[in-house]
Amino acid sequence: MPYRPTTLRQTAPVARLARLVALALAAVPPLTLVTAEQAAAKVAANAPAPDFTLAARGGQHLSLSQYKGQVVMINFWATWCGPCRQEMPLLDAMYQKYKRMGFTLIGVNVEPDSKAAEEYLKKVPVTFPIAFDPDSSVSKLYAVQGMPSSVIIDRKGNARVIHKGYRPGDENVYLDHIRSLIRE
Amino acid sequence: MNARRASRVLLLAALSLAPALQAAVLPEDRADVLYHRYDGGGVTIDGPSVLVRKSFADKVSVSANYYVDMVSSASIDVVTTASPYTEKRTQKSLSLDYLRNKTTYSLGYIDSTESDYIAKTAFFSVSQDMFGDLTTISFGFRRGQNDVFRNIKDASGARIRDPAFQAESDTRSYSFSLTQVLTRDLVGTLAYELMSDEGYLNSPYRSIRYADATAPMGFLLDPERYPATRTSNAASARLKYFLPWRAALDGRYRFYSDTWGIRAHTGDLGYTQPLGGSWTFDARYRYYTQDAADFYRDLFPRRNTLNFQARDKELSTFTAHTIGIGASWEFRVQRLPWLQKGSVSARFDHMIVQYDDFRDITRGTSAGAEPLYELEANVLQLFVSAWF
Amino acid sequence: MRDNRLRRHARLLWLVTPVASLLGGCAPIEPWVKPYERERLADPIMAFERDPVSTAYIDHVFESREGARGGTGAAGGGCGCN
Repeated sequence: MPYRPTTLRQTAPVARLARLVALALAAVPPLTLVTAEQAAAKVAANAPAPDFTLAARGGQHLSLSQYKGQVVMINFWATWCGPCRQEMPLLDAMYQKYKRMGFTLIGVNVEPDSKAAEEYLKKVPVTFPIAFDPDSSVSKLYAVQGMPSSVIIDRKGNARVIHKGYRPGDENVYLDHIRSLIRE
Repeated sequence: MNARRASRVLLLAALSLAPALQAAVLPEDRADVLYHRYDGGGVTIDGPSVLVRKSFADKVSVSANYYVDMVSSASIDVVTTASPYTEKRTQKSLSLDYLRNKTTYSLGYIDSTESDYIAKTAFFSVSQDMFGDLTTISFGFRRGQNDVFRNIKDASGARIRDPAFQAESDTRSYSFSLTQVLTRDLVGTLAYELMSDEGYLNSPYRSIRYADATAPMGFLLDPERYPATRTSNAASARLKYFLPWRAALDGRYRFYSDTWGIRAHTGDLGYTQPLGGSWTFDARYRYYTQDAADFYRDLFPRRNTLNFQARDKELSTFTAHTIGIGASWEFRVQRLPWLQKGSVSARFDHMIVQYDDFRDITRGTSAGAEPLYELEANVLQLFVSAWF
Repeated sequence: MRDNRLRRHARLLWLVTPVASLLGGCAPIEPWVKPYERERLADPIMAFERDPVSTAYIDHVFESREGARGGTGAAGGGCGCN
């Protein structure tokens, strides 16, 4: 007996509706990107970077003000953040290369328990100063909106660049900013 | 053997290839080699599943899966109405995920082949992070086209394809999910899926039985007759909670209903406990209950009672309980710097299924008075994983 | 027939437009879990699918023996990085 299937058109109007909804809502991504951009703009650039003091790796304390006159890059990171771990060696290379030219990098670890960071740094050592922000006071101060986040501060103490996230190639963006700020 | 197989293929492939998304980052690069084994109801199905995922330039992630089911013995359906069989099903799939800012686009293709069923499926999905990465919305579409054949025995007793039988079916699925970070310790998901099958949706081997007082066993057989379409809705809610001593509690509920009259409820509860830095233990309980399809009967009162007729136990009224445990051991190999970490895992699940209107005619007394069928099955998984 | 289709599509716009504008336009609610507070969510044990090869298989085992299918997808959660 020949078999003749009935078509989707006749039997599943709900399916067609769902398909239309799905296609329509595929337009959502471009719309929602606006929200992210708007949010990023709220974090002020070209304003004086707030000072802070945090416990640092090695036992002492570290203040942002002690680096006035240098170009400072504050990198907010955590061991649980994949892109953060990815950029660590690159940040270290950057620090090594430019520290003699008046540049410094501060890695602010945002984890409530610093043990994970200490263990990570034993396995993946870096040479730039690491500060611990267990109660998120500095993260809140700098309105950190993504992990990782980097804030580049000029010699006068103004926050000039706020960079959210890390994707391969961003290290070149950092270098461009750092080089131009060193030259100022 | 039927459209259910098609949807199985869709689900299996889509799940193994769909990115286990961690917000706006691509899924981890890893390779898994799994040995799976199902034993229950006189059927043993085992085989490998190899899954490899690799990302490129942090923009694209490619995933490939090779999966085999080797089926042996005969299930209760086949025991009573057909002959024992062995079968091999091979499934190959490939998927691509492209990440652009906060959006992940996925595309994939699955090919499943066995001697009497070929299923080809393509899927596409878009996933978007929003509201400070607290919310993820995802839309997916899957389309499957299946060719159904029937195996028969030729003159010499060898198994060949029946040249007089070929049928097709088509499956479409539309899915939506919303994942929301609720607190620092709690994340939840709502998911909905609409599936629509059309074509030849039953099995060319299975029969129904109808009462006939003159027949030697009290019943006679007649081939299955299924509707040419089936549309289903499934909606689920899931919560995952981080317990303060570092453990996770997972709960899910799914409601299902379709145009065949099947209504099902699924409840899952899971607990994950890491121990000592390298070990992770899992325990889970799953409860499933369903109402039979409208055209399902264990024993039809006479021939051609309804337009459609089925005696597939998967369409009957039943309750299934599954308890499972798992253990995983993570390790690092110093000599292999490219290997970020590796793990060895084992999972064991025990299923108990109690059918309310499917009878075990191998323990036949009089037609319609045989004991209700009960199925117990063991499912084993052993796998090795490598992250690189 | 044409009228019905148009009417159905118009009804669709009623559904899509407010949803789309809600997602795109207004953002007065501040995310209540900050990016630097996602430590526990980023923990691998909090992933919905820790081992996709295993989840896919066990879901297939259930689906091939039951009448219900689908409705289990999940994407999201995790570290929220980038």
